[in-house]
Amino acid sequence: MTSELATTSLDLGLSSRPLSRTTIPAIAILSLVLAQIVTRVFSGGGSVVATLVIAGPTNLAITYVVSRRREGSRRAIDRMVTAVVYSLMTLALAPLVSVVWTTVDRGLARFDGELFTSTMRSVVGDGGGVKHAIIGTVIITGLAAAMAVPIGLFTGIYLVEYGKKSRLARLVVSMVDVMTGIPSIVAGLFAYALFSQFQGPGARSGFAGSVALAVLMTPIVVRSTQEMLRLVPNELREASYALGVSKWRTIVKVVLPTAVSGLLTGVSLAIARVIGETAPLLIAAGLAQDTNTNPFSGRMTSLPVMSYYGYAAPGFPPEAGYDRGWSAALLLIIIVLVIFSVSRILGRVLRPKGLR
Amino acid sequence: MTSLVSSKPKGQFGDRIFRRVSTGVSLLVLVVLAAVAIFLISRALPALTADQAEIGVGGDDGEGEGFLSYVLPLLFGTVWASVLALLIAVPIAVGIALFITQYAHRKISSLLGYAVDLLAAIPSVVYGLWGIFVLAPFLSKNLFPWLSDNLGFLPFFSGTTSTSGRTMMTAAVVLSVMILPVVSAISREVFAQTPGLHKEAALALGATRWEMIKMAVLPYGRSGVIAASMLGLGRALGETMAVALILSPADVISFKLLTNQNPNTIASNIALQFPESSGLEVNTLIATGLVLFAATFVVNALARRIAGGEVND
Amino acid sequence: MSFETAKMVDQEDKMTTTDTSPAESAGTAPEGMRVHNLDIFYGNFLAVRNVSMDIEPRAITALIGPSGCGKSTFLRSLNRMHEEIQGARVEGTVTLDGVDLYGPGVDPVVVRRQIGMVFQRPNPFPTMSIAENVLAGMRLNSKKLSKSKANEIVESSLRGANLWEEVKNRLDQPGSGLSGGQQQRLCIARAIAVQPRVLLMDEPCSALDPISTMAIESLMLELKSSYTIVIVTHNMQQAARVSDRTAFFNIDGTGQPGYVVEMDATEKIFSNPTQQATSDYVTGRFG
Repeated sequence: MTSELATTSLDLGLSSRPLSRTTIPAIAILSLVLAQIVTRVFSGGGSVVATLVIAGPTNLAITYVVSRRREGSRRAIDRMVTAVVYSLMTLALAPLVSVVWTTVDRGLARFDGELFTSTMRSVVGDGGGVKHAIIGTVIITGLAAAMAVPIGLFTGIYLVEYGKKSRLARLVVSMVDVMTGIPSIVAGLFAYALFSQFQGPGARSGFAGSVALAVLMTPIVVRSTQEMLRLVPNELREASYALGVSKWRTIVKVVLPTAVSGLLTGVSLAIARVIGETAPLLIAAGLAQDTNTNPFSGRMTSLPVMSYYGYAAPGFPPEAGYDRGWSAALLLIIIVLVIFSVSRILGRVLRPKGLR
Repeated sequence: MTSLVSSKPKGQFGDRIFRRVSTGVSLLVLVVLAAVAIFLISRALPALTADQAEIGVGGDDGEGEGFLSYVLPLLFGTVWASVLALLIAVPIAVGIALFITQYAHRKISSLLGYAVDLLAAIPSVVYGLWGIFVLAPFLSKNLFPWLSDNLGFLPFFSGTTSTSGRTMMTAAVVLSVMILPVVSAISREVFAQTPGLHKEAALALGATRWEMIKMAVLPYGRSGVIAASMLGLGRALGETMAVALILSPADVISFKLLTNQNPNTIASNIALQFPESSGLEVNTLIATGLVLFAATFVVNALARRIAGGEVND
Repeated sequence: MSFETAKMVDQEDKMTTTDTSPAESAGTAPEGMRVHNLDIFYGNFLAVRNVSMDIEPRAITALIGPSGCGKSTFLRSLNRMHEEIQGARVEGTVTLDGVDLYGPGVDPVVVRRQIGMVFQRPNPFPTMSIAENVLAGMRLNSKKLSKSKANEIVESSLRGANLWEEVKNRLDQPGSGLSGGQQQRLCIARAIAVQPRVLLMDEPCSALDPISTMAIESLMLELKSSYTIVIVTHNMQQAARVSDRTAFFNIDGTGQPGYVVEMDATEKIFSNPTQQATSDYVTGRFG
């Protein structure tokens, strides 16, 4: 390796003539044009994907050849890899941009007053709204957070501050790992199995949905709490102990305030993660056409489930159902974005200045 | 001046309470997990002990095949869809991770990192809607005919090409978009942790950027990328809604990617069947859920083993 | 429960009544600390063996010795900080003015209120302002303080730490905004605000520049009129400059426990030690 580098380093020496900055983009455009021509000639043209599939390798090949002649083979391979990495990045961003753009575009079609003020009660085609689903989402997610956040926080505190490497702590850590891997639909099945034990078959309620979401949320909160508490320097705990402050007061008044921004971010990310869960609620909470504010009895609709049924059971004409589905999806994305941003801002405001 | 300020040592009492509460809550986590296992198993058992001729959900042709032959095509579909998604996602995710950590300007890279993280938070039902309304028509118009015409000799692309685009291929692409954030986020983290000294040592030898990545970054990040892929696989196995919305399912085991006859996945099958099911059908679906749980458990455990407990998702 | 509380209160009373009549704290000298046959363990590993020493009140005792000889471990066992590390324990006795700190029923939390500590790296609480940092020892224990009393404590403690003039106009700003030396003096102010009887310092200047070090050293010389000070230092010149008595710790090899080679007046240790090892160490032949 070393000798190869030593001998070939002359390739990169002052004598080489590096490509100008416009060459690489020019090659990319040239490749696209070539690919377009090829697809037109051979398969009647029009296929965007085929054009790109041809343009990519063409671009790499031309880049390699041109760069090799001017800058040597090592630089040429480097240029090629750079082109691959840039293409992959673009390739990854394309669907993401498309997802967001489509949701905004199609969701805005029904983003009107009626959407937010009415339910689906006795609506077959046009009109109707998501009011009941918003209320359902808030209740279900709120209850889930009310269960998962304290459990997650205390478990995290136990693991970092008390359990450390004890046998129980290691058991809890590995069980939390197992919990992290529970597929969301399985959490829904669990909630259904649990509640049908007491309420008989067909038991579906908002609270059952919350339990399913809490099962999914708890390990996320535990993990983030653990991580955030570990970031608190031990020196601060020691400083507090050395002042004659008891352990629990140290945790409550020194450790938690120091970690508060991270804890809040972790909790809001956990909420953002479960607020869009569809599958478990489909199983455990079901679908209702009207507002139900009692989580303990009767089905309760949430935004994602409504979005799903907007497509799966659109009613007649189906377009109205599709539009409602997209609007519910857009609303969901907006909620997630708001949670995300608020947690970021809160995190920044609350972060102690002295911590890196 | 050392006058002693005497205050009651109420600390000990508070300490004991606080320690007990947090220990107790940790035990609660164990109880919850045990409850999950007990309830699922107890509800799944009837499907395994009942007369196997009665097992089957929904369709008329589904009846009477027995649990194993019911779950096998579903398990195949689950694994097949997830593996395909992984094959698509991992190279792209590694590319993103390399771009963000090694190529992009610092400001752009933090922005992109944020954008990719955000994608992880887009609800799966949205991906499902996008898949069925946007991607499926797009692929069935632009890619599938081309693949079928030019690569139809491969078994994967043989058969009657779906015109709706509700194929295994579409589902796999959507799944790959969904696991992309997970895989790239972890890979990114590992790449970013490459010791600066290794990188500088490579650069000081006169390496180009790619040679530096090959010498320092990739060897350092290899196990992290593998673990990330396994976690992505675990995520894909359990993913429900996108597949439920996109796939046009059939009770088959087939490697064909472009047809209307696709093996369904366990999670998607549960979502589609459960609302209409009753009695033994519910037990059967719960049993398939257990199979899914077991599969994801194995995959996640492998991921942790590979990562040596360092990587969280 | 009530029994426990009673015991704790009892212990507290013992700790406070043995020598806390105002007259005593105002004038008559307390006894200081006595360490007798102290063995310090991490799990089964004996880290420091058989230390016996008297720590004189209102004087500065320096602990010197090569790295890994257990002097910091020993220091941390003097206010029971040692046991915060899992599996760590001690055998033997440490008394403060006649009360055994490791006696049955003694609450380590109460011990630490009497024996304050300053750490190697300044560690002000990042969530608190300068003033709140000074008051932390009281506030964290939920002690009610009137506004004027609190202000008084802040000022007197900061003055005591020679920091008042530098920070009096920005008491409500975060303590982490100060320079390293100022932060360390803030930590000293925080430690003396709870009016401990003893102040332990674990290499308090090792993270500081020479000018900040000088400021801390002169502060120590002022503080010794009111406090018993024990300082661990790597810097022999520092030990020679500030301390009244010096204990030399040594270790026979890795995996072996550290022990006290000798302890004496600082002048004697540095000019005419009894042991050859001490002489080798202070003359810079090893360590």
